[in-house]
Amino acid sequence: MRLYSADYEEALKKGKLLGERCLDCGTLTCPPLAVCRRCGSRRLEAAELSGRGELMTFTVIRVPPEGMEGPYVVCLVRTEEGPWVMGRLEAEGEAGQELLGRRVRLSGFHAWSDKYSAGERVTPVFRLEGEK
Amino acid sequence: MREVAVVGVGHTRFGKWERRTAVELFSEAAQQAMEGAGVEGREVEALFVGSALGDFGEGQAMIQAQCRAELGLGLIPCTRFEGACASSTVAVRDAWMWVASGAYDLVLVGGTERVLPMGTPLATRTFAMAMHSTYEVPAGLTFPGVFALVARLYSRIYGLPLERLREQMAQVSIQNHRHGARNPLAQFYGKYENLKVEEVLSSRMVCDPLTLLDCCPFTDGAAALLLCAGEKARKYTDTPVYILGTGQGAGGPMALFEEELVKPPSRVSSARMAFRQARLEPKDIQVLELHDCFTIAEIVALEAMGFFPEGKAGEAVEEGQTEIGGRIPTNMSGGLIGKGHPIGATGASQVCMIVQQLRGEAPRGNQVDPVPEVGMVDTMGGAYGTLCHLILGRRG
Ligand SMILES: [Zn+2]
Repeated sequence: MRLYSADYEEALKKGKLLGERCLDCGTLTCPPLAVCRRCGSRRLEAAELSGRGELMTFTVIRVPPEGMEGPYVVCLVRTEEGPWVMGRLEAEGEAGQELLGRRVRLSGFHAWSDKYSAGERVTPVFRLEGEK
Repeated sequence: MREVAVVGVGHTRFGKWERRTAVELFSEAAQQAMEGAGVEGREVEALFVGSALGDFGEGQAMIQAQCRAELGLGLIPCTRFEGACASSTVAVRDAWMWVASGAYDLVLVGGTERVLPMGTPLATRTFAMAMHSTYEVPAGLTFPGVFALVARLYSRIYGLPLERLREQMAQVSIQNHRHGARNPLAQFYGKYENLKVEEVLSSRMVCDPLTLLDCCPFTDGAAALLLCAGEKARKYTDTPVYILGTGQGAGGPMALFEEELVKPPSRVSSARMAFRQARLEPKDIQVLELHDCFTIAEIVALEAMGFFPEGKAGEAVEEGQTEIGGRIPTNMSGGLIGKGHPIGATGASQVCMIVQQLRGEAPRGNQVDPVPEVGMVDTMGGAYGTLCHLILGRRG
């Protein structure tokens, strides 16, 4: 059975990165979609990811949207299990290009809402391995 | 399918418009197009309007009906198109389809937007709405943020040091600002004609590695075109420009693109669709307007459409390959960076600028010489969410 975004967000609040495993091809889809991201199958089951991965890219947002406070770091992480996931990055000190390729792990979540967000939204937060 | 021709174009000045609504801006562009072609309002059989953020910019939804009434058109079918920054390119493509199919002979199509009334924080919030509202926006992703992520990934994947890539990106900014400075319709007309690499690199950081001069501005404006069945085009103009090929593609959340964020398949397939339909290749295109919302976006677009090999477009820009006399003169109007980016009007504006080039009517210094036979438009909405391509030619 498929997962919904609400399942993904609730799991994040419990410190878990939750996705879907395809019963036909084995591919993991995270965050959840209605079908397997690779083969399109609807035969899916819930699967917990390790929360570990590699930092693929990031940026420091200095001009934030209305309702958010900058600066903050947005990143794309390639999880150990395969799927790329967008989240926030908590980094100590200056964030430069040399951070790309560093190992990261899920360290928490960021909760946010505004008048357009249809209630609270939850985002994964990652930290570089070796940083507390 | 029938041949379809552009028989009239209209374009407001791009920039700040305090005393014009989006509906009024559209009417000015539309009336210009109609006057140029000698078309009366009663002759127009359908209206296609690109508008992305009118709901937020002015609190105006369903703008197409208000545009119809403003222009005194008949009680004709009117439709709004929303594909973020590609809204009016998609509108032109659908308008082309309706005329090509034989359903209509003469239609009015364009786009209009007022972004500046929103101010930077709300505009930043609403631009982000084209990204995934659950998996991307809550992380704080902004539209410049999308291409900041792409720039760092591009540097890593192609083994091009970020400092080198930033110099190449600066060259895109310099070139497009220079073209915009020569275009009376551009937001930066008469400004930034001679930017230096150092000025681009040291302007205010928006989201690293993108500085303010790597980004297009917020803009108000409108553009409109009349499309007509090819066999009737000469009734309205001596200089019809024909739509030779069109393509469209779609994406989704950025994360699903993975490494292909540096060569998005939605752009590759959309461009191929247009080339195939026109029976042309990148080498046949003589002038190009592409979606340079950010400098890195121009580099990615040039490669995805097949004009330069992967990882090499920045070098080509530095060598002058995207200038007059180079391999493919690009964004001679100033592009989004130099001319401005009124979201829902941008695609129609790009088409107007190609028509201007193919008619030999571009501003001095920007006109490709000899007058080009074939031009192309590339527009992208969101994070490669909507892609649309049009190929236009002087001969049908
Ligand atoms: Zn599968």
